[in-house]
Amino acid sequence: MSQTAGMNYKQCFTDAVVAALMALVVFGPIMGVVLDGYKFDIDFQRVAVIVALVFVGRLIMSYYFQTEKGKAMIFKYASNHDGVTVNPPHFKSKMIWVIPLVMIIGFLIPFVASKYILTVLILGLIYVLLGLGLNIVVGLAGLLDLGFVGFYAIGAYALALGYENLGLGFWSMLPIAAIAAAFAGAILGFPVLRMHGDYLAIVTLGFGEIIRLVLTNWVSLTHGPNGISAPLPTFFGLEFKRRSASGETFHEFFNLPYDSGYKYMFVYLVLFIVVWAVLFIKHRLVKMPIGRAWEALREDEIACRSLGLNHVLVKLSAFMLGASTAGLAGVFFATYQGFVSPSSFTFFESALILAIVVLGGMGSTLGVVIAAFCLTVLPEMLREVAEFRVLIFGILMVVMMIWKPRGLVRVTRNGFAAREGAVK
Amino acid sequence: MSQENILKVENLVMHFGGIKALNDVTFDIKRGSVSALIGPNGAGKTTVFNCLTGFYKATGGNIMLSANGKETSVIKVLGEPFMMTDFISPVAFIQRLKYKMFGGSHLVNRAGLSRTFQNIRLFKEMSVVENLLVAQHMRVNRNLMGGILNTKAYQLAEEEALERAFYWLGVVDLVDFANRLAGELSYGQQRRLEIARAMCTNPEIVCLDEPAAGLNPSETEALTKMIRVLRDEHKTTVLLIEHDMGMVMDISDYIVVLDHGEVIADGGPDDIKSNPKVIAAYLGAEEGEEVTL
Amino acid sequence: MDIVLQQLVNGLTLGSVYGLIAIGYTMVYGIIGMINFAHGDVYMVSAYLTAISIALLTFFGVQSFPFIIFGALVFTIVITGAYGWVIERVAYRPLRNSSRLSVLISAIGMSLILQNYVQLSQGPNQQGVPTLLSGAFRFYVGDGFVQITYMKVMILLIAFTGMAVLTYIIQKTKLGRMCRATQQDRKMASILGIDTDKVISSVFVIGSAMAALAGVLVTLDYGAFDFYIGFIMGIKAFTAAVLGGIGSLPGAMLGGIILGLSESLFAGLVSSDYKDVFSFSLLVLILIIRPSGLLGKPAVEKV
Repeated sequence: MSQTAGMNYKQCFTDAVVAALMALVVFGPIMGVVLDGYKFDIDFQRVAVIVALVFVGRLIMSYYFQTEKGKAMIFKYASNHDGVTVNPPHFKSKMIWVIPLVMIIGFLIPFVASKYILTVLILGLIYVLLGLGLNIVVGLAGLLDLGFVGFYAIGAYALALGYENLGLGFWSMLPIAAIAAAFAGAILGFPVLRMHGDYLAIVTLGFGEIIRLVLTNWVSLTHGPNGISAPLPTFFGLEFKRRSASGETFHEFFNLPYDSGYKYMFVYLVLFIVVWAVLFIKHRLVKMPIGRAWEALREDEIACRSLGLNHVLVKLSAFMLGASTAGLAGVFFATYQGFVSPSSFTFFESALILAIVVLGGMGSTLGVVIAAFCLTVLPEMLREVAEFRVLIFGILMVVMMIWKPRGLVRVTRNGFAAREGAVK
Repeated sequence: MSQENILKVENLVMHFGGIKALNDVTFDIKRGSVSALIGPNGAGKTTVFNCLTGFYKATGGNIMLSANGKETSVIKVLGEPFMMTDFISPVAFIQRLKYKMFGGSHLVNRAGLSRTFQNIRLFKEMSVVENLLVAQHMRVNRNLMGGILNTKAYQLAEEEALERAFYWLGVVDLVDFANRLAGELSYGQQRRLEIARAMCTNPEIVCLDEPAAGLNPSETEALTKMIRVLRDEHKTTVLLIEHDMGMVMDISDYIVVLDHGEVIADGGPDDIKSNPKVIAAYLGAEEGEEVTL
Repeated sequence: MDIVLQQLVNGLTLGSVYGLIAIGYTMVYGIIGMINFAHGDVYMVSAYLTAISIALLTFFGVQSFPFIIFGALVFTIVITGAYGWVIERVAYRPLRNSSRLSVLISAIGMSLILQNYVQLSQGPNQQGVPTLLSGAFRFYVGDGFVQITYMKVMILLIAFTGMAVLTYIIQKTKLGRMCRATQQDRKMASILGIDTDKVISSVFVIGSAMAALAGVLVTLDYGAFDFYIGFIMGIKAFTAAVLGGIGSLPGAMLGGIILGLSESLFAGLVSSDYKDVFSFSLLVLILIIRPSGLLGKPAVEKV
């Protein structure tokens, strides 16, 4: 077993040749022959590069897995036990020092940062919110929701439609949108959640698409693909416009010169507070009976039922909470853009949110926050890779599932101090 | 509780497609007893168990559980198909609809019956204590606002749940492992943890599916003692499926023998030992051959 | 009247295409119990391969229609089959013992990879193939008429031939026997000396080949396609597979045809804007009312 001398170079080489041939067959036509109308252009170079990459990659992999280290790695991932640790009782997280620091910095940022950075940060925070919501559903309860963007859209359109048709502003629509999204989650979830888990994925996928199609086609209500405008939040009734038809505006009231940056500052600050509130609630939820029930359900549904847990209602609660978080995020997205259209809510958005959860780690809050910023802010900064974004998400999902299905951040569990047992 | 029998099984029938797993199984379990369900492999023991605990919907027959001060029909709470008469009587319709929508095996547990599984089903990536806390889900403070704001009432309820968890950890001798992941425990420990978890739901009857499978003799000995503690100190009725005849004969007050989906004998351990039908079923022996169990 | 008949004809061809793609879902689900999310995108890849093969064949001077269609079929089916094999090998085989959630996420990742890879290689614009076969049968009904293009007739012929060949393979050949055995009990099959990894790979290849067949036919008929078509087609074919009973081959074909017919009728008689909404709602309804589908067996939960 453990002789390094028995390295089988021939095996490595044949593996690599087979892989390269397969790459040639698979990549050759699609990458080598670029359609141009009914004609085509030939691009040998791309094919040669990719085939060479596959050849070298496979050679290295084959070689590595024959070394001691590689074998150990295969063994480690075959046994499938990694990631989760239990903290000792009375464990104090170092986050206690980090959190106030991050809070203070976060509050100061809008007063120093440029408008562009602020908009990027707002987008990042919106995705933090989305990631947290989906993390409850996928990471804690183990339900794969591929139509998460549907609830996001419901939140965003709730703000826009509520403003247009009912005259309701940002502040009244914020809770209403969350409730509306949760309600939509309940209607969809109740029949579907009693079924086998895999079906949920495809039904929610269909649901996300239905929402988008309805938003596109119901022109009389949503103005179809042209979109609809959404209101800005108000500061105790003061608007952030240059001029207001109804009463004073923010800059007039405080005797400031008009600056369109104020509205972003305000949206950022409100969003920042909401994100912290959601973080806190989620932090509490995992420790509460409901959070434990979600995780137990992810681990073993049958055992849960044998313990008296109504699996449908427990799943539904996770599903609805996730949906309402997405609804909140949708409201912020609409107000930040000032405009919503169906094209913002495609399956790619759902995939992006899922990638955040997968990369951040199922059930890990910190991981999701970091991943949300990495996946939204980095592509903004590096425009060149933007077109490869989806490809990278896809590769990330496959690689993460094979390599570290629990995500990059270690999941820890609370320890409990031993105590005198008693039955009352 | 005045009733003597905690569980009444009448004419239970279970078909899987064309296969008749159970044909007409009838038996009663006395309150406060330790009873065993035995029989050769494939006799339908686990099927009976799954029907009792609400994981299979029996094709026919009746199961009545009288615990927690009320009578529960296990078949009814799983949600029966609608009948024509329901559309005339709104009360019956609403009740059936309720069980159709919200019914299921969890109601059997809430009615006072809990179980363990033949292939251990723990929450492997949760800690040992958390496994026991999940089992107390129906008893703890589930108020969302209370939990988020961490109120006094919530803290008190959590503390009580933890105390109960540690009590049961003490009974099954796992206190030292409280903060380990359930999946890291040894096989015997996992079996014991599963029993503790079942007991945390505060059942009046606990069904153990092959609790001694894979245990060594000293562990089996400890398990026997534990089952006696459940019966004598906690007034819990115990129903078990077991292949270890030594243990079954040692511990049981009452034994039901199944073969080919039918009850072929029932009674105390001594009756069963000498029952020729049982011996024949177990050994496939000709009648009259001398066999000892 | 003529609208209904026309929509029935359209629905039948559409349904046979759904059926072909649904076969891939149903076979993979039957054998390893996972939803292969990337299957719709395999279909999308086959549409591109069809166009590429036609472009290549015409470039090399092949003019006659039978040769072109034969060449396109062989080229597309072989290479799409290779895609199926590679996808299984790269994204699913390493996860054979992982949780279902991991496999599903990996499948979604694969779907994204395929979409974006094709988009990057071939550009985001819509592509097309020239019309190779035109003309139609016309039947006069009352005042109007029903039109069946030659292309539609060919789709039906080839699709049903494909299904017949597949049924023969599964029912009569050694490979089919091994597939069925693996589907019943993977562990037992491997104990009996069946190389289950190979069987699973071959199921992916067969499923992809069927999707490729559908891809060639739809591309020739419809002409235009882009890198996004796999998504909608995938969900619809999955609906067909669920409708017929997932895991059941005849069910996939039947489900495909029923879905195709009902969708066409809905589009013709009610609203064509909402026809996708109709199909997805149908999926949800089936899952609620009869999750085992028309021909599927109800799953008994193992406790």
